[in-house]
Amino acid sequence: MKYIDDFRDGALARGLASAIAAEVQPGREYRLMEFCGGHTHAISRYGIADLLPPSIRLIHGPGCPVCVLPIGRIDQAIRLALDRGAILCTYADTLRVPASGKLTLQKAKAQGADVRMIYSTADALAIARAQPGREVVFLAIGFETTTPPTAVAVIQAAAEGLKNFSVLCNHVLTPAAMHAILNVAQGVRLDGFIGPAHVSTVIGSAPYEPFPRDYGKPVVIAGFEPLDVMRAIQMLIRQINEGRAEVENEFTRAVTRAGNRKAQVLVERVFELRDAFEWRGLGTVPHSALRLRDEYARFDAERKFAVSYVAVPDHKACECAAILRGEKRPEECKIFATACTPETPIGSCMVSSEGACAAHYSYGRFRSAA
Amino acid sequence: MTTLNLKTGHIDLSHGAGGRAMAQLIEQIFARELHNDYLAQGDDGARLPSAHGKLVMATDAHVVSPLFFPGGDIGCLAVHGTINDVAMMGATPLYLAASFILEEGFPFADLTRIVASMAAASREAGVPVVTGDTKVVERGKADGVFIATTGVGVLRDGVDCSGRNACPGDAVLISGPIGDHGMAIMSVRENLSFDSPIVSDTAALHGLTSALLDAMPEVHVLRDPTRGGVAATLNEITRQSRVGIVLDETAIPVRPAVAAACELLGLDPLNIANEGRLIAICPAHLAGTALAALRAHPLGRDAALIGRVEQDARCFVQMVTRFGGRRMIDWLSGDALPRIC
Repeated sequence: MKYIDDFRDGALARGLASAIAAEVQPGREYRLMEFCGGHTHAISRYGIADLLPPSIRLIHGPGCPVCVLPIGRIDQAIRLALDRGAILCTYADTLRVPASGKLTLQKAKAQGADVRMIYSTADALAIARAQPGREVVFLAIGFETTTPPTAVAVIQAAAEGLKNFSVLCNHVLTPAAMHAILNVAQGVRLDGFIGPAHVSTVIGSAPYEPFPRDYGKPVVIAGFEPLDVMRAIQMLIRQINEGRAEVENEFTRAVTRAGNRKAQVLVERVFELRDAFEWRGLGTVPHSALRLRDEYARFDAERKFAVSYVAVPDHKACECAAILRGEKRPEECKIFATACTPETPIGSCMVSSEGACAAHYSYGRFRSAA
Repeated sequence: MTTLNLKTGHIDLSHGAGGRAMAQLIEQIFARELHNDYLAQGDDGARLPSAHGKLVMATDAHVVSPLFFPGGDIGCLAVHGTINDVAMMGATPLYLAASFILEEGFPFADLTRIVASMAAASREAGVPVVTGDTKVVERGKADGVFIATTGVGVLRDGVDCSGRNACPGDAVLISGPIGDHGMAIMSVRENLSFDSPIVSDTAALHGLTSALLDAMPEVHVLRDPTRGGVAATLNEITRQSRVGIVLDETAIPVRPAVAAACELLGLDPLNIANEGRLIAICPAHLAGTALAALRAHPLGRDAALIGRVEQDARCFVQMVTRFGGRRMIDWLSGDALPRIC
């Protein structure tokens, strides 16, 4: 735990907190969006808001992979597992995302679907090798961090000539979502972004350069440890106070301007941009997601099984969309903590501990509950 | 009667059919390992001497996978789990009953190892298995072996331990590092290896509770934080007692390997099962006495004062983090699922 505990040091946090308090300008409000669910989780889990002056408002962004996945995408996976008898492999959080007909992958499993929780794409390949008579579909979700492992799995499957493995691809792109927030979100004033940690290790810091240049919004890339987040907030406050808008990198121990070229090459080899992709909360965003290239079409579950995507509207009372855009806080949703809880999530933001609603419910609701 | 081949033989359906094969199994594995005078009566139940005091009874079913894990196996776990449930009531455990559900094809060698481990745990604890039952189910209808145990004990005089008794101002103590059992299991399941392997804390805690209650019978609550970990147990207590609890993260003992494994899998040690730890809640002015009594016992050497009970009509469990902020410690939703990124 050495090199981890160092980034969770309470004494250093208190010092940084008083420095930040001294730097905020009286009468000024700072509205900062942490894009990533990993940051939302760290902020909630370590109680970072308690260490910040009230003039700093942290707005939870849409960087939570399961939160932005629209209902219709989970429906596709459930159809493959229930109707086509495929072994559906996925990362854990996805199991509880509400889909149509009051189903989730977990409930589909109880109805007889073969749904497997995996830690790595290698596990899905191993299942495919062990069960050559069954179709194995990997429900791939996530931002740029989880995309390279999916690319590796597809390349590996091609090399081995695996015929029963395919990917239901829902990989999405961070910069496209940030553009969408700045273009779509109404009445949301943002003064700057805490930029992604793990995503940036892959794509580098260069893709964020349009945000200061075209929108005048500073971006500070930050690691997922609580001291990283505090330090990034301080760097953002300084930029805002000085009237600067730049991409700065707090996470220099892992992020470079160019990112991980090897991973980028793998991703480029296997995937291409989709013309458009529907996001929960952000609507249909052009060039914001990936699909498999024609060369790998035989591993694309959407084409292999001809399961088309059918858009499904969110639950009427659910405010996930506005929350994902930063327009509303979880506690401003009427069904928050009443009908919608982590046990009975109605919207996706209540599912993953990286989701704004689940994080507030599980870690922070003592602040608002009477 | 012929002899079972304990090295290479397997359970088949005849071992549950009530015939000669079943008698062989009981005699050559169960009776041989677990033998005591009550079991030797050979009847459908055990005749036990009269006990002085109120009786306490608890039952627990064990379905752990893998059956053998670092620090223990399903056999000793089934003994410890039920003894601990009786002990947490402030009672002295006296007798155990055990039911086995065996899957067709289960190796005699594994069964013998499990029953021997159970017998050793029961002897060490001084709590005999006085009656039992076995059933055999077809292959695929169980996972090797399931063991349900029931324990009977007698309540200590002048002791009133209940989840309803936590009062604002009380001190919250834990008897040792948390998360060992759950992460020992998880590290086997997920193939995690560490320089020093994580070993389950499975242990019978009635000696420890007895030492604690000898030193101070005023203990308000005793609980063993098994499934759902410390987080679930404290939430049960706050709900039963209609109070809140505030923990101090820096005071909660967690072994480095457990912390590292949790970090790797995106889990929180507070949600991880323990099988040899207890939570004690007692009046604040007696916290020092309680801590000293726990630490004087080998199973409580690393006991720590980790929080206090507060007035809170919402019954929240909160924690002041190492970082200096505050957060809630909620029940887990569903299973402890690892996060994605």
